[in-house]
Amino acid sequence: MKHKTLKKLYLALIILFFYLPIVYVVFFSFNSARSLTNFAGFSLRWYQKMFRTRSMMESIYYSLVIAVIATAVSTVAGTIVSIGLSKSHRLVKQIVTQVDNLPMLNPDIVTAIGLMLFFSTLSIPTGFWTLLLAHIIFCIPYVILSIMPKLRQLDDNLAEAALDLGCTPMQALYKVILPQIKEGIVSGALVAFTMSFDDFVISYFTTGPGINNISTYVYSTTKRINPSVNALSTLIVIGITIVLVFANVIPMLRERRRNREKAA
Amino acid sequence: MKSFKRLVYPYLIWAAILIVLPMLIIVFYAFTTQGNEVIPVKFTLESFVRFFSDPIFAEVLWRSLKLAFFTTLICILIGYPAAYFISQLKPDSQQVMVLIVTLPQLINMLVRTYAWRGILLNTSFSPELKVYVGMVYNFLPYMILQIYTSLSKMDPSLVPAAHDLGCDDTMAFLKVTLPLSVPGIISGITLVFLPAVSSFFIPKLLGGGSFVLVGNLIENYFVTTGDWNFGSAISLIMTIVILISMYFTKKFDYDKEAV
Repeated sequence: MKHKTLKKLYLALIILFFYLPIVYVVFFSFNSARSLTNFAGFSLRWYQKMFRTRSMMESIYYSLVIAVIATAVSTVAGTIVSIGLSKSHRLVKQIVTQVDNLPMLNPDIVTAIGLMLFFSTLSIPTGFWTLLLAHIIFCIPYVILSIMPKLRQLDDNLAEAALDLGCTPMQALYKVILPQIKEGIVSGALVAFTMSFDDFVISYFTTGPGINNISTYVYSTTKRINPSVNALSTLIVIGITIVLVFANVIPMLRERRRNREKAA
Repeated sequence: MKSFKRLVYPYLIWAAILIVLPMLIIVFYAFTTQGNEVIPVKFTLESFVRFFSDPIFAEVLWRSLKLAFFTTLICILIGYPAAYFISQLKPDSQQVMVLIVTLPQLINMLVRTYAWRGILLNTSFSPELKVYVGMVYNFLPYMILQIYTSLSKMDPSLVPAAHDLGCDDTMAFLKVTLPLSVPGIISGITLVFLPAVSSFFIPKLLGGGSFVLVGNLIENYFVTTGDWNFGSAISLIMTIVILISMYFTKKFDYDKEAV
């Protein structure tokens, strides 16, 4: 019995460690003073300031736009490449896997400076488009990585059967292959979105003047104390919590209802 | 259906230009210097000579490796029991705990690190300790989730079987559970050690610039001084050192499996 309490206590401490800084930031975002250590009183001034600071609002906008476009493009491209790979020669598969490993296993900073040097060698001015391209480049390998295991489990005979029954290859793709790898595509898209939204290092080296996402914005403001970053953080925490609750609680409720219906 | 394999070809070109070529450009920069107008570039080992002739650079690299090593070690020591206890909870609670561990990870990395600044400002921790707190905070979830995944894949009847064969709890853990979770630990190490070596915003944000790591060096040479050749050489040396350390980790994994 004592054992169990100790285990629970340990997990509670871990949770405390994970959430302490988040609670701290949310709490201090309502501070009326410009301090990260003394709480002077409740106020919304940092929220007002945040909404009035254009560069801050723009950073949220760029983070979301880049993450959404990079996710969409890399998911579609990654799905197409994966399907192609599943029909390819083993050598091609190996080459693509090895090359994809480069951005996944290399330190981010190496991928980042590689792209920065690449853009500069071709005299491409850095900015929104280089930032977006960089995000698409590092997201595709993760999408492929999530889809390939599903394709490996796929029974080749099913697609062949569809062809025998009169499907064109395209129809077989839509009706047989895609529905079976749907799960892999969805998890690939989720990984791509979080990778893009979370990225700092690659963005830092591939973006240009005036284009900041949340990461590079926060990095650029940390030299002085700027409590509106607390407000920004709180906004992100709330946003992600809402998304997660929707993504997890709704399927849970649906399943519970289904179980209840089954029982009834 | 066979024709689908043509779908890969555009990606081969894409990957060659956008993934492989940038790496080659780094190597190119590392082995050249910015020449004058008569000779635009010159092949040279100058950057490497410079790196190895001044002990300060080796010292920074060593400090980064040490930080990454101890960060990984602390993550295993804290994360293993956490993952183990989570795997012993009821299935529903397991799901909830995984969600609890994942959630902070989804919040932007910079924001998470920034969040520690306020708390750490209140303390009299040394810059080094502050950096450790930030590193462990950022990387612990990866370790917990990797170890948990390998523990949850374990056949639940193995431990009772070990008990039947005369093992006590400790022996069953050491002989059955721990060896079976080694793959999780190894992939946890890959996910923690690799990015930890090159991390540069955590030391900068939490260490206040007094704790310089190899990532900070690279950033300085690229962003502040604009010496891309030397910056590329440092990145190349760092990558090689990381590859060597990962090789030994993998080898250790392999040897373990051989036993």
